[in-house]
Amino acid sequence: MADVIKTATRDAYGKALVELGQKNDKVIVLDADLAKATKTIAFKKEFPERFFDTGIAECNMMGVAAGLATTGYTVFASSFAMFAAGRAFEQIRNSIGYTHLNVKIGATHAGISVGEDGASHQCCEDIALMRTIPGMTIINPADDVEARLAVLAAAETDGPVYLRFGRLATPRLFDENYKFEIGKGVELKAGNDVTIIATGLMVNEALIAAESLKAEGIDARVINMATIKPIDKDIIIKAAKETGVIVTAEEHSVIGGLGSAVADVVCEACPVPVLRVGVEDTYGASGPAVEMLKIYGLTAENIAVKAKAAVALK
Amino acid sequence: MDAAAKKQLEINAVKVRKGIIEGTFNAKSGHPGGSLSIADIMTYLYCSHLNVDPANPKWEGRDRFVLSKGHTAPALYAALALKGFFAEDEIKKLRKPGAMLQGHPSMKSTPGVDMSTGSLGQGISTAVGMALGAKLSGADYRVFTVLGDGEIQEGQVWEAAMYASAKGLDNLVAVVDNNNLQIDGTVEEVNSPYPIPEKFAAFGWNVIEICGNDFDEIDSAFTAAKEFKGKPTAIIAKTVKGKGVSFMENNCDWHGTAPNQEQYDKAMAELDAALAALN
Repeated sequence: MADVIKTATRDAYGKALVELGQKNDKVIVLDADLAKATKTIAFKKEFPERFFDTGIAECNMMGVAAGLATTGYTVFASSFAMFAAGRAFEQIRNSIGYTHLNVKIGATHAGISVGEDGASHQCCEDIALMRTIPGMTIINPADDVEARLAVLAAAETDGPVYLRFGRLATPRLFDENYKFEIGKGVELKAGNDVTIIATGLMVNEALIAAESLKAEGIDARVINMATIKPIDKDIIIKAAKETGVIVTAEEHSVIGGLGSAVADVVCEACPVPVLRVGVEDTYGASGPAVEMLKIYGLTAENIAVKAKAAVALK
Repeated sequence: MDAAAKKQLEINAVKVRKGIIEGTFNAKSGHPGGSLSIADIMTYLYCSHLNVDPANPKWEGRDRFVLSKGHTAPALYAALALKGFFAEDEIKKLRKPGAMLQGHPSMKSTPGVDMSTGSLGQGISTAVGMALGAKLSGADYRVFTVLGDGEIQEGQVWEAAMYASAKGLDNLVAVVDNNNLQIDGTVEEVNSPYPIPEKFAAFGWNVIEICGNDFDEIDSAFTAAKEFKGKPTAIIAKTVKGKGVSFMENNCDWHGTAPNQEQYDKAMAELDAALAALN
């Protein structure tokens, strides 16, 4: 595994914006004084006339994005997840969601893996917040390949899209043949004892967990659920029926995120146990990203523990 | 503006005021006070200033209007109906299930509404985005927004004001409807936004102060704003909340209360008398 490529999804976001900008002169990028961190600076360098830094004023940025979108532009508005989904929630809800405008929110630095900056910046609530907005599409890519495809797909999608990216460089999982489609989960590994449904950087952990479970005689199915809204109901119901138990894994609060979205589907269509791996109902703290992921239980080991507990419920 | 044009605007303004009373009475809710205070400005914009086409409400070259103080939608709706964007009968269905006219402006529901508003402070940011879009694409349309004097207590207004001047958006005009009243009392009692002209000037705007219920002053302000280059223009309009209906004037209790039958009859009688006097 020495030759595994590690890239942060935010890097892929910046590059994909440049690619989009070359193809489509109606693409505009906004940022709120974080262009170097969100990686929108790559677009700024290439297309300075189509890049607008609104300064440290995220609420206004979302409104400006909405106004620009009414004039025929596809607008990517970027900040950290905390300040995009968190601070500007109501601007997104009323000026972008209610109006169903073509604003794509590029939210980087999501989750605990922000690391040293600590709890004020570790947004583990953004998926929950965005899920409540009617018509909002939410995508949390698992690696840089999927992140690029998600950005390109978002630009082609009518209405608002929330794109969730990470700060931490994580392993590349997919090759150039990987097919991404908004609203479709992807089965990465077959298995019939338990299904692990993961999103974002937890997809890699889920694959590792499945390997370790195999050694213990548990055949786990692994599904990458990049699109959290609209959620792929079919793949979830099929997994519930065929494997009988589900474990979800996300770098987000266990409240309102992927685990909740999966439970919503399962409860109504095919009730089976759903055990959630995620940030428990607590705030983050400062520390190196990889260590923080361990401290908060966002690991392959914890997924395997939950998977065994789920199998025991059968 | 010649005398005939002014008289026509005054007649139309009474019609807009009648629409406001008609709408809020039938809805049994809504915001007549702040709608009446901006009735003259809304009449001027839609009857005399905005380059819009009721037959083609989404025409790309149109001037844009954003009612940032979205709760005064009845004034916008009455002006849009008068201009011919939809039938005047729609006003009687204001705020009712399935109605085209929502309690606050909805661009998805109503022809002629360029932005959904209602959550105070947000409209001006979207207007800034529209003005920026015009600059970027080289289009010559202009963008207008109307704010409340209470609304400017929202911090987002000043984020937007700072950005508009930083970008030199001289195709943007923001009107502050300074009727001096908000729900809980006078704006000074609640949280004084004064001095308003100085604040906008400090944020880099061209500032014009007028009486917002006087068509000569309204006309000269919007004409001057059109000529002014390099900065966005703020028109600080002193107005009377409830203007045109005697018992509603200067009374914050009419911020968000609809007239009952008796009050409706009295208001309509006053407005009909005003119309008769003009005719």
